Amino acid sequence: MNRVIPGFGLSLGITLLYLSLIVLLPLGALVWQALDVGWERYLAILSGPRTATAFRITFATAALATAFNCVYGLALAWVLARYEFPGKRLLDALVDVPFALPTAVAGLALSALFVKNGWFGGPLAALGIDVAYTPLGIAIAMAFTSIPFVVRTVQPVLEDLHADVEEAAATLGASDRRIFATVIFPAIFPAFLTGASLSFARSLGEFGAIIFIAGNLPMKTEVVSLLTFIRIEEYDYPAAAAIAATLLATAFVMLFLVNMIQLWQQRRIGSAD
Amino acid sequence: MAAPPTIPRPRKDGLGARVRVGSGAATRRVLIGAVLLVTALILVAPLAAIFAEALKHGWGAYAASFAAPDTQYAIWLTLITALVVVPINIGFGIAAAWCIAKFSFPGRNLLVALVELPFSISPIIAGVAYLFVYGAQGLLGPTLEAWDIKIMFAVPGIMLASLFVTAPFVARELIPLMIAQGSEEEEAAVTLGAGGWRILRLVTLPNVRFALLYGAALCNARVMGEFGAVSIVSGNIRGQTNTLPLQIELLYQDNNAVAAFAVATLLTAVALVTLVAKAIIERLDRAREAAH
Repeated sequence: MNRVIPGFGLSLGITLLYLSLIVLLPLGALVWQALDVGWERYLAILSGPRTATAFRITFATAALATAFNCVYGLALAWVLARYEFPGKRLLDALVDVPFALPTAVAGLALSALFVKNGWFGGPLAALGIDVAYTPLGIAIAMAFTSIPFVVRTVQPVLEDLHADVEEAAATLGASDRRIFATVIFPAIFPAFLTGASLSFARSLGEFGAIIFIAGNLPMKTEVVSLLTFIRIEEYDYPAAAAIAATLLATAFVMLFLVNMIQLWQQRRIGSAD
Repeated sequence: MAAPPTIPRPRKDGLGARVRVGSGAATRRVLIGAVLLVTALILVAPLAAIFAEALKHGWGAYAASFAAPDTQYAIWLTLITALVVVPINIGFGIAAAWCIAKFSFPGRNLLVALVELPFSISPIIAGVAYLFVYGAQGLLGPTLEAWDIKIMFAVPGIMLASLFVTAPFVARELIPLMIAQGSEEEEAAVTLGAGGWRILRLVTLPNVRFALLYGAALCNARVMGEFGAVSIVSGNIRGQTNTLPLQIELLYQDNNAVAAFAVATLLTAVALVTLVAKAIIERLDRAREAAH
């Protein structure tokens, strides 16, 4: 252990105290409130039609948003890692827009684009596709806010890939598609899975971007985070605690999953050396 | 700054450049074209729409949007919140990075996970959790009431929720960099008789200043733009607990779209400045690395 450098006790003390007060105390209070609800009532709250539907809508739209980001994110990471072209730096900077832009602003902007008289809403309505105030709108808001995850996890791995394996495969006469499927994709798969999981987790909890575009109709376009917010406004704290604790548990499961993937990735890299 | 002379890229591998997957002209063109098109539609169009909607009725209407006292209050409250929250989380980030990067101890990985935890938690959960601590029915509710301290539906609640949501930003930038840089310079400073604060100020912080700046910029953008957590703890009282994102929602619900978009341009500008700062910091970092 390194004890030459001073300040271990002080810095660890500050860190632990701060995390306890700012992070653990509130999360503990949430769990305490949820436990107070009791198992039977908890099940009754979650299986209530409005809550159950909100969970179904949230998971389905988050899955759709993640699927979009898997394709678009992978293509974006590939283009940024493999090609040189004018405007590449700008494109690279644009990827971070969803992280820097407040979710409320994103929601406002997307709703302006997709309402009936918006830039996209008009042409889409002519094709018979409604986005604003439908689950599709929710998925688009989720997709926007989670764009950077897949890109930023896959891009560095793609940049670090050595050319020699690809060359060897090409020398043996493998087609591009075959090399991608058998050499490149397996190499980026753990990072890709991590990015997808993070994107999905973020979409499950998204609020600000969604409420502007979703229409927020119970049983139709109401997501779990909004339902939690509504229960708080109705002073129905047991219901809010039950729903929020469920979301929290989901977040922990996703976090655990991501850590497992990363462990697997490190072990694979370790064994490859 | 003068443009750097263009140096021809050395070909790393004689044949490799030609046979790498996707290097064919057609594949390349299709992929770049498709990505640029989707990016224009999903990333650029929303940014453009914000400014187009804000300026729909001209510059006069745009400027008038900021004259409303509620909006001016929201600007002020947002700035104050950032002024309080960002320095605190810079301090926390430095402390966390110092103990995690400079020392090894049992539970270190768990501590790293704990520092990053707020990133994985929906802001709505954060807001609800704070309500269960400081609200009337919360853990500390009765005590606070007895002492007549108001935290929920007031400015302190907004600041606490913002602290939670943005706690990891500075720490996450500093930790990997400080681990990568190692501790040799600090150890040398100790041998020369320097104390902890002196080392931090003269050795460590100068070495990580770009990462620190970037972390602080991200933290600031997020504090100013936080919506979910703040909307639960603030109570949305006009002219009292309304930050800029909440003001945007209120104006939008009031059917005052131009004003909502006008306020949104302020936060969009903050986001764009943050991204430009990131690009500059990355370039400086690369220049420094190349100079080493």
